[in-house]
Amino acid sequence: MTAPPPPRRSQTRARDLERYASLFAKRTRVMRSSAMRDMMEITARPEIISLAGGLPDTSTFPPEAFAAEMNRITKTAVAEVLQYGPTEGLDIVREQIVKVMAAEGMRIDAMDVTVTTGGQQAIDLITKVLIDPGDVLICDAPTYPGAISTFCSYEADIVQIECDADGMRMDLLEQTLDALAARGRKPKFIYSVPTFQNPGGVTLSLERRQKLVALAREREILVVEDNPYGLLRYEGDSLPTLYSLDGGNYVVYLGTFSKILSAGLRIGWIVSPTPIREKVVLGKGASDLCTSTLTQNFAGEYFKKDRWQEYVADLVGIYRSRRDAMIGAMSEYFPHGATWNKPEGGLFIWATMPDVLDTSDLLAKALGKGVAFVPGTSAYVDGRGASSMRLNFSGVKEDEIIEGIRRIGEVAREQLGLYETMTNTNEMRLPPRPQDPGEETDQ
Amino acid sequence: MKVALLQGGRSLERGVSLRSGARVAEALLDLGHDVETLDLGPELVGRLESYRPDVAFIALHGTEGEDGTIQALLELLGIPHTGPRVAACQRCMDKSLAKYILRENSIPTPDWVTYSEAAIRDFGAASSFQQATAKVGLPLVAKPASQGSSLGVKVVTRAEDIPGALMTALSYDSRALLETWISGRELAVSVLGDQALPVVEAIPTENNAYDFEARYEIGAASFVCPAELSDEETDEVNRVALAAYNALGCSGFSRVDLILGEDGPQVLEINAIPGLTETSLLPQAAEAAGFEFEAMVEKILDLAT
Repeated sequence: MTAPPPPRRSQTRARDLERYASLFAKRTRVMRSSAMRDMMEITARPEIISLAGGLPDTSTFPPEAFAAEMNRITKTAVAEVLQYGPTEGLDIVREQIVKVMAAEGMRIDAMDVTVTTGGQQAIDLITKVLIDPGDVLICDAPTYPGAISTFCSYEADIVQIECDADGMRMDLLEQTLDALAARGRKPKFIYSVPTFQNPGGVTLSLERRQKLVALAREREILVVEDNPYGLLRYEGDSLPTLYSLDGGNYVVYLGTFSKILSAGLRIGWIVSPTPIREKVVLGKGASDLCTSTLTQNFAGEYFKKDRWQEYVADLVGIYRSRRDAMIGAMSEYFPHGATWNKPEGGLFIWATMPDVLDTSDLLAKALGKGVAFVPGTSAYVDGRGASSMRLNFSGVKEDEIIEGIRRIGEVAREQLGLYETMTNTNEMRLPPRPQDPGEETDQ
Repeated sequence: MKVALLQGGRSLERGVSLRSGARVAEALLDLGHDVETLDLGPELVGRLESYRPDVAFIALHGTEGEDGTIQALLELLGIPHTGPRVAACQRCMDKSLAKYILRENSIPTPDWVTYSEAAIRDFGAASSFQQATAKVGLPLVAKPASQGSSLGVKVVTRAEDIPGALMTALSYDSRALLETWISGRELAVSVLGDQALPVVEAIPTENNAYDFEARYEIGAASFVCPAELSDEETDEVNRVALAAYNALGCSGFSRVDLILGEDGPQVLEINAIPGLTETSLLPQAAEAAGFEFEAMVEKILDLAT
């Protein structure tokens, strides 16, 4: 018996494209250039050391724990996990989310939780229900590149507030809010990753947390607190989340299991006041009806047992060593004038090269040496960040981290050396500007 | 026929290549060929030898795929391949060499200066920027000698920006060109066999004359094929494009990029293996000439040597 021919995509022809071009919504216009996206394609090749991802290390998850959960599901819940579930999520997961959030000092009601398909859908849904095209929203500068894509797809007017070592600068935030108010505008929400920020690695100080929550109350502005990394703290004392400082009035909380259990399960959540939750559930229903009941079932049972905290503790140990390996390598190999932070937790280090270096160009050279990172411009909407880069230390083993940083340092030094050669030699003999009359004729 | 389809590779244009390859694979299967898809890697020669293809379809772009590396290997193994042969690939890939050949054959191309990283680093070549600016004028375009896409290309309007632009260009290759910026219409002539296909014109939709990045974005430039040119202009553009194609020794297919300024068409570069994706110019031009994509693929295959 011969197999049926494989299904084919219909051929897209140039004329078809021309026809569709006028149909695309404005929001489909992506921010990043296609050339850059193509360049990132080669990070998928196995020989590339990729410090570009945001991947948790799932290699240490015990296979027997996975098998045990799946066995239990097979024996007790096959019909259920093959079926649709409630849009807001299964109760067994919502109850465990209450527990996981309690581990970070938050007290919530399971009824306020909407389970989402990963943290990315949480960002998507909250933007979907709050943002009309042209609405202002505020976020960190730099901010999570994946959030920019979402905000752009809803045609938000994105205003970024500069961060320093203590996170988003509240003085600038206040100035911006005042300036917006003077023009009769008010942001729909302030999006922030206050703890171990992606991509900056910085943590909002307690004082600023209190200030932000107070501002939100005074001015009646929602704050969307995205907290994927809060439990991954490698040193220092935990700070209260914005949610716990505010009590859930003006702070909407986004969480995820991606970094403390598995990104592949695609389970995140939103904790929000009831009126927002109702809209979010409507929005989610329209998007995907429900999050996978199979993975919800898995997570619901997994978090019932206390070993989830042991696993997080294991991850913390692994990631701390990797962070330290990366920082050690940066001190040794990065060029004079480069700066970086030492995050107390999370997955990322933000490094800034001397400002003559453009990290998009540097990436091209680095890829040639088999190492990748995320250029800083992807964390801004206005082209800033050109000399910065985001480096991930969670997804790569220590020896590879060190080798990757060594290679980035090498290409950065090469480029800086070249630039110095050109500018030093040239300093006294800059060519005449074209508007200088008469000087070009005798050359 | 047994066709080995080479796609992917390690160049910065891997993404484009994978999209080109996916499209070509479908067409080859629909045409009834037996297709083996191969990425570049340590097992490449082994897999070619065990599969023993009648022909290799090269859907690779950029370094290694378009610069003669793979072509040389295939020719050594005695496997006919699509597109230009080794020497032509090398000539096209090196924009500086290509321009010298164009000049020798009296084919118009803008003035330029080539700098190698070594000359700047070790021989004080930066002291000659003044002469370079005098030769090519401002604004000028700084670009890596060997990239196919817009990566590393910058327009320089002030002489003091030359070091930064060269550093960018030299991030993508060890040599870079400073070339006179010509104001004019951007045209591309794809050549299939010995036939010039209808001219494609890229028209920026926004005012981004200096933004080379933008014109490669869907929606940021619109492509008109056939370009709205007079018969005389079309003839002249085709004549220059075919002359360039022949001067560089291309065969099979290639794409000649030109700028049509006040002094007539000038050749900017020749892409030995242009993109074959949905938005690529060669498929658009072929379609305007009456070749559906499959027919174009079959024709390219027929021309393999």
